[in-house]
Amino acid sequence: MKATLIFRLLLPILLLAGLSACGPIEPWVKPYERDRLADPIMSLDLDPVSTAYMQHVFEAREGARGGEGSAGGGCGCN
Amino acid sequence: MKYRRAGIVASILLLATYGPVIADVLPDDRADILYHLYDGGGVTIDGPSILVRKKVGKSISFVANYYVDMISSASIDVVTTASPYTEERQQKSIGMDYLRGNTTMSISVTNSEESDFTSDSYSFSVSQGMFGDLTTLTLAYSLGKDEVRRSDDDTFVREADRQFYSVGLTQIMTRNLIMGMNVETITDEGFLNNPYRTVRYVDSSNPIGYSYEAELYPNTRTSTAIGIKARYYLPYRAAIQGEYRFFTDTWGILSHTGAISYTHPWGAWTFTGKYRHYTQGQADFYSDLFPRSEATNFRGRDKELSKFVSQNFRLQASYAFLQDGWGFVDKGTVNLIYDQLLIDYDNFRDLTTGALVGEEPAYRLDAGVYQLFISFWF
Repeated sequence: MKATLIFRLLLPILLLAGLSACGPIEPWVKPYERDRLADPIMSLDLDPVSTAYMQHVFEAREGARGGEGSAGGGCGCN
Repeated sequence: MKYRRAGIVASILLLATYGPVIADVLPDDRADILYHLYDGGGVTIDGPSILVRKKVGKSISFVANYYVDMISSASIDVVTTASPYTEERQQKSIGMDYLRGNTTMSISVTNSEESDFTSDSYSFSVSQGMFGDLTTLTLAYSLGKDEVRRSDDDTFVREADRQFYSVGLTQIMTRNLIMGMNVETITDEGFLNNPYRTVRYVDSSNPIGYSYEAELYPNTRTSTAIGIKARYYLPYRAAIQGEYRFFTDTWGILSHTGAISYTHPWGAWTFTGKYRHYTQGQADFYSDLFPRSEATNFRGRDKELSKFVSQNFRLQASYAFLQDGWGFVDKGTVNLIYDQLLIDYDNFRDLTTGALVGEEPAYRLDAGVYQLFISFWF
Protein backbone atom coordinates (compact mmCIF):
# COMPACT_ATOMS: atom_id res chain seq x y z
CA MET A 1 0.00 0.00 0.00
CA LYS A 2 2.74 2.45 1.02
CA ALA A 3 4.98 1.30 -1.83
CA THR A 4 2.12 1.91 -4.26
CA LEU A 5 1.64 5.42 -2.94
CA ILE A 6 5.33 6.22 -3.28
CA PHE A 7 5.29 4.83 -6.83
CA ARG A 8 2.33 7.05 -7.71
CA LEU A 9 4.18 10.09 -6.42
CA LEU A 10 7.32 9.23 -8.37
CA LEU A 11 5.57 8.25 -11.60
CA PRO A 12 5.23 11.78 -13.08
CA ILE A 13 8.93 12.40 -12.49
CA LEU A 14 9.93 9.11 -14.10
CA LEU A 15 7.74 9.92 -17.11
CA LEU A 16 9.33 13.37 -17.39
CA ALA A 17 12.79 11.83 -17.21
CA GLY A 18 11.81 9.35 -19.91
CA LEU A 19 10.56 12.10 -22.21
CA SER A 20 13.80 13.99 -21.77
CA ALA A 21 15.62 11.12 -23.45
CA CYS A 22 13.75 11.76 -26.71
CA GLY A 23 15.99 14.65 -27.75
CA PRO A 24 18.21 17.45 -26.54
CA ILE A 25 16.51 19.93 -24.18
CA GLU A 26 17.10 23.59 -24.85
CA PRO A 27 17.26 25.66 -21.64
CA TRP A 28 13.92 27.48 -21.61
CA VAL A 29 15.19 30.00 -19.06
CA LYS A 30 18.30 31.58 -20.55
CA PRO A 31 21.22 32.54 -18.30
CA TYR A 32 20.50 36.25 -18.82
CA GLU A 33 16.92 35.67 -17.61
CA ARG A 34 17.99 34.35 -14.19
CA ASP A 35 18.60 37.64 -12.42
CA ARG A 36 15.57 37.22 -10.16
CA LEU A 37 16.52 33.65 -9.29
CA ALA A 38 20.02 34.87 -8.37
CA ASP A 39 18.57 37.30 -5.82
CA PRO A 40 19.47 36.07 -2.30
CA ILE A 41 15.80 36.21 -1.30
CA MET A 42 15.22 33.35 -3.78
CA SER A 43 17.61 30.98 -2.03
CA LEU A 44 15.94 27.76 -0.87
CA ASP A 45 18.44 27.72 1.98
CA LEU A 46 20.26 30.99 2.63
CA ASP A 47 21.23 30.10 6.23
CA PRO A 48 22.49 26.48 6.28
CA VAL A 49 23.57 26.56 9.94
CA SER A 50 20.14 27.74 11.04
CA THR A 51 18.35 25.27 8.77
CA ALA A 52 20.35 22.34 10.13
CA TYR A 53 19.64 23.46 13.69
CA MET A 54 15.87 23.67 13.17
CA GLN A 55 15.83 20.27 11.45
CA HIS A 56 17.60 18.98 14.54
CA VAL A 57 14.90 20.53 16.74
CA PHE A 58 12.09 18.99 14.69
CA GLU A 59 13.69 15.56 14.30
CA ALA A 60 14.16 15.33 18.06
CA ARG A 61 10.43 15.86 18.65
CA GLU A 62 8.79 14.24 15.64
CA GLY A 63 8.80 10.71 14.27
CA ALA A 64 9.60 11.79 10.71
CA ARG A 65 13.11 12.33 9.40
CA GLY A 66 14.81 13.08 6.08
CA GLY A 67 13.43 14.33 2.80
CA GLU A 68 14.14 17.96 3.65
CA GLY A 69 17.39 18.35 1.78
CA SER A 70 17.77 20.51 -1.25
CA ALA A 71 19.82 19.35 -4.16
CA GLY A 72 21.72 22.47 -4.98
CA GLY A 73 20.45 25.09 -7.36
CA GLY A 74 20.78 26.22 -10.90
CA CYS A 75 21.52 29.84 -10.17
CA GLY A 76 22.76 30.41 -6.65
CA CYS A 77 19.40 29.01 -5.67
CA ASN A 78 20.15 26.23 -3.21
CA MET B 1 18.87 9.55 22.84
CA LYS B 2 16.43 10.48 20.15
CA TYR B 3 17.56 14.07 20.47
CA ARG B 4 21.14 13.01 19.93
CA ARG B 5 20.49 11.01 16.78
CA ALA B 6 18.55 13.87 15.30
CA GLY B 7 21.64 16.03 15.51
CA ILE B 8 23.56 13.64 13.33
CA VAL B 9 20.86 13.55 10.66
CA ALA B 10 20.73 17.33 10.53
CA SER B 11 24.50 17.58 10.36
CA ILE B 12 24.67 15.25 7.38
CA LEU B 13 22.16 17.47 5.64
CA LEU B 14 24.25 20.50 6.48
CA LEU B 15 27.49 19.21 5.03
CA ALA B 16 26.41 16.81 2.33
CA THR B 17 22.99 17.34 0.82
CA TYR B 18 23.11 21.08 1.24
CA GLY B 19 26.73 21.21 0.13
CA PRO B 20 26.98 22.54 -3.39
CA VAL B 21 25.05 25.68 -4.25
CA ILE B 22 25.43 25.11 -7.97
CA ALA B 23 26.71 21.87 -9.43
CA ASP B 24 29.41 23.60 -11.48
CA VAL B 25 30.27 26.40 -9.01
CA LEU B 26 31.73 25.86 -5.56
CA PRO B 27 29.81 27.32 -2.58
CA ASP B 28 30.75 30.82 -1.41
CA ASP B 29 33.37 31.28 1.30
CA ARG B 30 31.53 32.14 4.48
CA ALA B 31 31.59 31.97 8.27
CA ASP B 32 28.57 31.65 10.56
CA ILE B 33 28.51 32.03 14.32
CA LEU B 34 25.18 31.02 15.84
CA TYR B 35 23.80 30.92 19.37
CA HIS B 36 20.72 28.75 19.85
CA LEU B 37 18.31 28.44 22.75
CA TYR B 38 15.40 26.03 23.14
CA ASP B 39 13.11 26.57 26.12
CA GLY B 40 9.95 24.57 26.71
CA GLY B 41 8.39 21.59 28.45
CA GLY B 42 10.86 21.80 31.34
CA VAL B 43 13.83 21.51 28.99
CA THR B 44 16.44 24.15 28.28
CA ILE B 45 19.03 23.53 25.58
CA ASP B 46 21.48 26.12 24.37
CA GLY B 47 24.92 26.43 22.84
CA PRO B 48 26.87 27.64 19.83
CA SER B 49 27.19 26.43 16.26
CA ILE B 50 30.13 27.68 14.21
CA LEU B 51 30.57 26.99 10.52
CA VAL B 52 33.46 28.01 8.26
CA ARG B 53 33.65 27.32 4.55
CA LYS B 54 36.73 28.22 2.46
CA LYS B 55 37.86 27.54 -1.07
CA VAL B 56 41.39 26.38 -1.78
CA GLY B 57 42.24 26.95 -5.41
CA LYS B 58 39.47 26.79 -8.01
CA SER B 59 38.24 23.26 -7.53
CA ILE B 60 38.25 22.47 -3.80
CA SER B 61 36.23 23.89 -0.92
CA PHE B 62 36.57 22.86 2.72
CA VAL B 63 33.86 23.16 5.37
CA ALA B 64 33.94 22.62 9.13
CA ASN B 65 31.23 22.84 11.78
CA TYR B 66 31.40 22.79 15.58
CA TYR B 67 28.13 22.45 17.45
CA VAL B 68 27.28 22.19 21.15
CA ASP B 69 24.06 21.30 22.99
CA MET B 70 24.04 22.08 26.71
CA ILE B 71 20.97 20.32 28.03
CA SER B 72 19.14 20.86 31.30
CA SER B 73 16.16 18.54 31.37
CA ALA B 74 13.18 18.19 33.65
CA SER B 75 10.88 17.13 30.81
CA ILE B 76 7.53 15.38 31.27
CA ASP B 77 9.30 12.03 30.67
CA VAL B 78 11.96 12.82 33.24
CA VAL B 79 9.77 14.19 36.02
CA THR B 80 7.40 11.21 35.88
CA THR B 81 9.98 8.41 35.71
CA ALA B 82 13.46 9.71 36.66
CA SER B 83 15.44 12.66 38.00
CA PRO B 84 16.26 15.93 36.24
CA TYR B 85 19.70 15.90 34.63
CA THR B 86 22.20 18.05 32.79
CA GLU B 87 24.18 16.87 29.80
CA GLU B 88 26.44 18.24 27.10
CA ARG B 89 26.79 17.08 23.52
CA GLN B 90 29.59 18.17 21.22
CA GLN B 91 29.47 17.61 17.50
CA LYS B 92 32.32 18.17 15.06
CA SER B 93 32.10 17.90 11.30
CA ILE B 94 34.54 18.41 8.45
CA GLY B 95 33.88 18.12 4.74
CA MET B 96 35.30 18.81 1.32
CA ASP B 97 33.77 19.60 -2.07
CA TYR B 98 35.66 18.83 -5.26
CA LEU B 99 34.52 20.46 -8.50
CA ARG B 100 35.26 18.89 -11.88
CA GLY B 101 33.40 20.18 -14.92
CA ASN B 102 29.68 20.20 -14.15
CA THR B 103 30.11 17.75 -11.30
CA THR B 104 30.67 18.42 -7.60
CA MET B 105 31.73 15.56 -5.35
CA SER B 106 31.45 16.01 -1.58
CA ILE B 107 32.66 14.02 1.39
CA SER B 108 32.18 14.70 5.08
CA VAL B 109 32.84 13.11 8.45
CA THR B 110 30.88 13.87 11.64
CA ASN B 111 31.53 12.88 15.24
CA SER B 112 29.10 13.43 18.12
CA GLU B 113 30.14 12.81 21.71
CA GLU B 114 28.47 12.85 25.08
CA SER B 115 29.01 10.96 28.29
CA ASP B 116 26.87 7.97 27.31
CA PHE B 117 26.62 8.19 23.53
CA THR B 118 29.03 8.30 20.59
CA SER B 119 28.12 8.61 16.94
CA ASP B 120 30.28 8.74 13.81
CA SER B 121 28.96 9.42 10.32
CA TYR B 122 30.59 9.30 6.89
CA SER B 123 28.91 10.93 3.91
CA PHE B 124 29.46 11.07 0.17
CA SER B 125 27.46 12.92 -2.48
CA VAL B 126 27.66 13.76 -6.17
CA SER B 127 25.88 16.70 -7.83
CA GLN B 128 25.54 17.09 -11.57
CA GLY B 129 24.31 20.17 -13.41
CA MET B 130 22.28 19.48 -16.55
CA PHE B 131 20.28 21.18 -19.29
CA GLY B 132 22.15 24.48 -19.20
CA ASP B 133 22.13 24.43 -15.39
CA LEU B 134 18.35 24.40 -15.26
CA THR B 135 18.53 21.10 -13.43
CA THR B 136 20.80 19.86 -10.65
CA LEU B 137 20.71 16.20 -9.67
CA THR B 138 22.30 15.08 -6.39
CA LEU B 139 22.90 11.53 -5.18
CA ALA B 140 24.00 11.10 -1.56
CA TYR B 141 24.94 8.22 0.71
CA SER B 142 25.83 8.27 4.41
CA LEU B 143 26.83 5.62 6.91
CA GLY B 144 26.32 6.22 10.62
CA LYS B 145 27.63 4.14 13.51
CA ASP B 146 26.34 4.68 17.06
CA GLU B 147 27.54 3.41 20.41
CA VAL B 148 24.90 3.60 23.14
CA ARG B 149 25.92 3.41 26.81
CA ARG B 150 24.32 3.94 30.23
CA SER B 151 25.65 6.39 32.76
CA ASP B 152 24.65 4.07 35.64
CA ASP B 153 26.03 0.81 34.18
CA ASP B 154 29.59 0.64 32.83
CA THR B 155 28.97 -2.81 31.33
CA PHE B 156 26.08 -1.61 29.13
CA VAL B 157 27.26 -1.02 25.54
CA ARG B 158 25.04 -1.40 22.47
CA GLU B 159 25.56 -0.50 18.82
CA ALA B 160 23.42 0.71 15.96
CA ASP B 161 24.16 1.32 12.27
CA ARG B 162 22.33 3.70 9.96
CA GLN B 163 22.48 4.15 6.21
CA PHE B 164 21.09 7.13 4.30
CA TYR B 165 20.23 7.06 0.59
CA SER B 166 19.14 10.32 -0.95
CA VAL B 167 18.22 11.60 -4.40
CA GLY B 168 17.67 15.31 -4.86
CA LEU B 169 16.56 17.37 -7.81
CA THR B 170 16.49 21.15 -8.15
CA GLN B 171 14.72 22.54 -11.17
CA ILE B 172 14.38 26.06 -12.54
CA MET B 173 10.80 26.12 -13.83
CA THR B 174 10.47 29.72 -15.01
CA ARG B 175 12.43 32.94 -14.51
CA ASN B 176 10.39 33.43 -11.30
CA LEU B 177 9.99 29.88 -10.01
CA ILE B 178 12.41 27.28 -8.69
CA MET B 179 11.50 23.87 -7.28
CA GLY B 180 13.38 21.27 -5.28
CA MET B 181 12.56 17.64 -4.59
CA ASN B 182 14.24 15.15 -2.31
CA VAL B 183 13.64 11.43 -1.77
CA GLU B 184 15.44 9.91 1.17
CA THR B 185 15.46 6.39 2.57
CA ILE B 186 17.09 5.70 5.92
CA THR B 187 17.69 2.22 7.35
CA ASP B 188 18.59 1.53 10.97
CA GLU B 189 19.81 -1.70 12.51
CA GLY B 190 20.82 -2.37 16.09
CA PHE B 191 19.83 -0.93 19.47
CA LEU B 192 17.35 1.78 18.51
CA ASN B 193 15.54 2.64 21.73
CA ASN B 194 16.57 4.90 24.56
CA PRO B 195 18.16 2.81 27.35
CA TYR B 196 16.62 5.01 30.05
CA ARG B 197 13.05 5.28 28.87
CA THR B 198 10.18 3.13 30.08
CA VAL B 199 6.59 2.22 29.27
CA ARG B 200 3.80 2.10 31.83
CA TYR B 201 1.32 -0.72 32.28
CA VAL B 202 -1.74 -1.35 34.43
CA ASP B 203 -0.66 -2.81 37.77
CA SER B 204 -3.38 -3.19 40.40
CA SER B 205 -0.78 -4.20 43.01
CA ASN B 206 0.73 -0.71 42.81
CA PRO B 207 -1.20 1.93 44.83
CA ILE B 208 -1.02 4.43 41.94
CA GLY B 209 -2.55 1.83 39.58
CA TYR B 210 0.34 1.40 37.19
CA SER B 211 4.03 0.51 37.04
CA TYR B 212 6.91 0.99 34.61
CA GLU B 213 9.14 -1.39 32.67
CA ALA B 214 11.86 -0.88 30.06
CA GLU B 215 10.72 -0.01 26.57
CA LEU B 216 11.67 -2.37 23.75
CA TYR B 217 11.90 -1.23 20.13
CA PRO B 218 12.38 -3.42 17.05
CA ASN B 219 16.03 -3.78 16.02
CA THR B 220 15.41 -2.51 12.50
CA ARG B 221 13.69 0.49 10.98
CA THR B 222 13.40 1.70 7.40
CA SER B 223 11.87 5.05 6.56
CA THR B 224 11.16 6.89 3.34
CA ALA B 225 10.51 10.60 3.01
CA ILE B 226 9.58 12.56 -0.10
CA GLY B 227 9.87 16.32 0.15
CA ILE B 228 9.06 19.01 -2.39
CA LYS B 229 9.42 22.77 -2.17
CA ALA B 230 8.74 25.62 -4.56
CA ARG B 231 9.85 29.27 -4.28
CA TYR B 232 8.33 32.04 -6.33
CA TYR B 233 9.62 35.57 -6.95
CA LEU B 234 6.86 38.14 -6.52
CA PRO B 235 6.75 41.19 -8.83
CA TYR B 236 7.66 43.72 -6.11
CA ARG B 237 10.85 41.89 -4.98
CA ALA B 238 9.61 39.50 -2.37
CA ALA B 239 9.47 35.70 -2.28
CA ILE B 240 6.89 33.14 -1.24
CA GLN B 241 7.71 29.47 -0.60
CA GLY B 242 5.57 26.37 -0.19
CA GLU B 243 6.76 23.00 1.10
CA TYR B 244 5.30 19.53 1.52
CA ARG B 245 6.77 16.30 2.83
CA PHE B 246 5.33 12.80 3.03
CA PHE B 247 6.89 10.32 5.44
CA THR B 248 6.32 6.64 6.16
CA ASP B 249 8.31 3.95 7.95
CA THR B 250 8.23 0.28 8.92
CA TRP B 251 7.20 1.14 12.48
CA GLY B 252 3.84 2.32 11.19
CA ILE B 253 4.45 6.06 11.55
CA LEU B 254 2.93 8.10 8.72
CA SER B 255 3.24 11.85 8.63
CA HIS B 256 2.54 14.92 6.53
CA THR B 257 4.44 18.21 6.77
CA GLY B 258 3.32 21.40 5.08
CA ALA B 259 4.82 24.88 5.32
CA ILE B 260 4.44 28.29 3.75
CA SER B 261 6.77 31.25 4.15
CA TYR B 262 7.03 34.83 2.94
CA THR B 263 10.25 36.87 2.63
CA HIS B 264 10.19 40.65 2.27
CA PRO B 265 13.31 42.84 1.95
CA TRP B 266 13.14 46.45 3.17
CA GLY B 267 16.32 48.44 2.69
CA ALA B 268 19.14 46.64 4.49
CA TRP B 269 16.58 44.52 6.35
CA THR B 270 14.97 41.27 5.29
CA PHE B 271 11.93 39.94 7.16
CA THR B 272 10.57 36.40 6.94
CA GLY B 273 7.42 34.86 8.38
CA LYS B 274 6.70 31.14 8.26
CA TYR B 275 4.00 28.71 9.32
CA ARG B 276 4.68 24.97 9.48
CA HIS B 277 2.07 22.28 10.15
CA TYR B 278 2.99 18.69 10.97
CA THR B 279 0.73 15.70 11.67
CA GLN B 280 1.70 12.14 12.45
CA GLY B 281 0.05 8.83 13.29
CA GLN B 282 1.42 6.64 16.06
CA ALA B 283 3.90 3.77 15.78
CA ASP B 284 2.39 0.27 15.78
CA PHE B 285 3.97 -0.56 19.14
CA TYR B 286 3.16 2.71 20.91
CA SER B 287 0.78 2.85 23.83
CA ASP B 288 0.37 5.35 26.63
CA LEU B 289 -0.81 2.58 28.97
CA PHE B 290 -0.26 -1.11 28.24
CA PRO B 291 -2.86 -3.51 29.73
CA ARG B 292 -0.20 -5.60 31.56
CA SER B 293 3.53 -6.18 31.82
CA GLU B 294 5.18 -7.35 28.57
CA ALA B 295 1.81 -7.14 26.85
CA THR B 296 3.37 -6.93 23.37
CA ASN B 297 6.60 -8.07 21.70
CA PHE B 298 7.69 -4.45 21.16
CA ARG B 299 6.59 -1.51 23.24
CA GLY B 300 7.30 2.17 23.48
CA ARG B 301 5.84 5.22 25.24
CA ASP B 302 8.02 7.92 23.73
CA LYS B 303 5.79 10.84 22.90
CA GLU B 304 7.68 11.18 19.59
CA LEU B 305 6.06 7.87 18.56
CA SER B 306 2.51 8.91 19.52
CA LYS B 307 -0.19 10.57 17.45
CA PHE B 308 0.03 14.36 17.49
CA VAL B 309 -0.19 17.66 15.64
CA SER B 310 2.70 20.11 15.71
CA GLN B 311 2.51 23.76 14.69
CA ASN B 312 5.40 26.16 14.26
CA PHE B 313 5.24 29.94 13.83
CA ARG B 314 8.41 31.77 12.81
CA LEU B 315 9.53 35.39 12.63
CA GLN B 316 12.97 36.26 11.29
CA ALA B 317 14.74 39.59 10.87
CA SER B 318 18.07 39.92 9.06
CA TYR B 319 20.18 43.05 8.75
CA ALA B 320 22.86 43.33 6.07
CA PHE B 321 25.99 45.32 6.89
CA LEU B 322 29.38 45.94 5.27
CA GLN B 323 27.60 45.75 1.93
CA ASP B 324 30.53 47.53 0.28
CA GLY B 325 33.04 45.18 1.90
CA TRP B 326 35.66 45.77 4.56
CA GLY B 327 39.13 44.26 4.37
CA PHE B 328 38.79 40.65 3.27
CA VAL B 329 35.06 40.61 4.19
CA ASP B 330 32.68 41.05 1.24
CA LYS B 331 29.49 41.45 3.29
CA GLY B 332 27.83 40.38 6.50
CA THR B 333 24.41 39.79 8.03
CA VAL B 334 23.14 39.64 11.58
CA ASN B 335 20.02 37.54 12.12
CA LEU B 336 17.45 37.01 14.84
CA ILE B 337 14.93 34.17 14.56
CA TYR B 338 12.10 33.28 16.92
CA ASP B 339 10.11 30.06 16.54
CA GLN B 340 7.02 29.20 18.57
CA LEU B 341 6.50 25.43 18.72
CA LEU B 342 3.13 24.00 19.82
CA ILE B 343 2.58 20.25 19.97
CA ASP B 344 -0.82 18.82 20.87
CA TYR B 345 -0.52 15.14 21.70
CA ASP B 346 -3.52 12.96 21.03
CA ASN B 347 -2.67 9.90 23.16
CA PHE B 348 0.32 10.83 25.30
CA ARG B 349 -1.09 11.69 28.70
CA ASP B 350 0.12 14.14 31.30
CA LEU B 351 0.69 12.04 34.44
CA THR B 352 1.51 15.04 36.61
CA THR B 353 -2.20 15.97 36.90
CA GLY B 354 -3.06 13.12 39.27
CA ALA B 355 -6.21 12.19 37.34
CA LEU B 356 -7.60 8.65 37.19
CA VAL B 357 -5.36 6.10 35.50
CA GLY B 358 -5.93 6.18 31.76
CA GLU B 359 -8.07 9.31 31.97
CA GLU B 360 -5.31 11.89 32.41
CA PRO B 361 -5.54 14.86 30.02
CA ALA B 362 -3.41 14.77 26.86
CA TYR B 363 -0.05 16.50 27.16
CA ARG B 364 0.70 19.77 25.36
CA LEU B 365 4.16 21.15 24.64
CA ASP B 366 4.69 24.88 24.22
CA ALA B 367 8.27 25.87 23.46
CA GLY B 368 10.21 28.91 22.25
CA VAL B 369 13.25 28.52 20.02
CA TYR B 370 15.65 31.45 19.63
CA GLN B 371 18.53 31.84 17.20
CA LEU B 372 20.94 34.75 17.01
CA PHE B 373 23.67 34.50 14.41
CA ILE B 374 26.09 36.51 12.39
CA SER B 375 27.27 35.54 8.92
CA PHE B 376 30.26 36.80 6.91
CA TRP B 377 31.02 36.19 3.26
CA PHE B 378 34.64 36.64 2.21
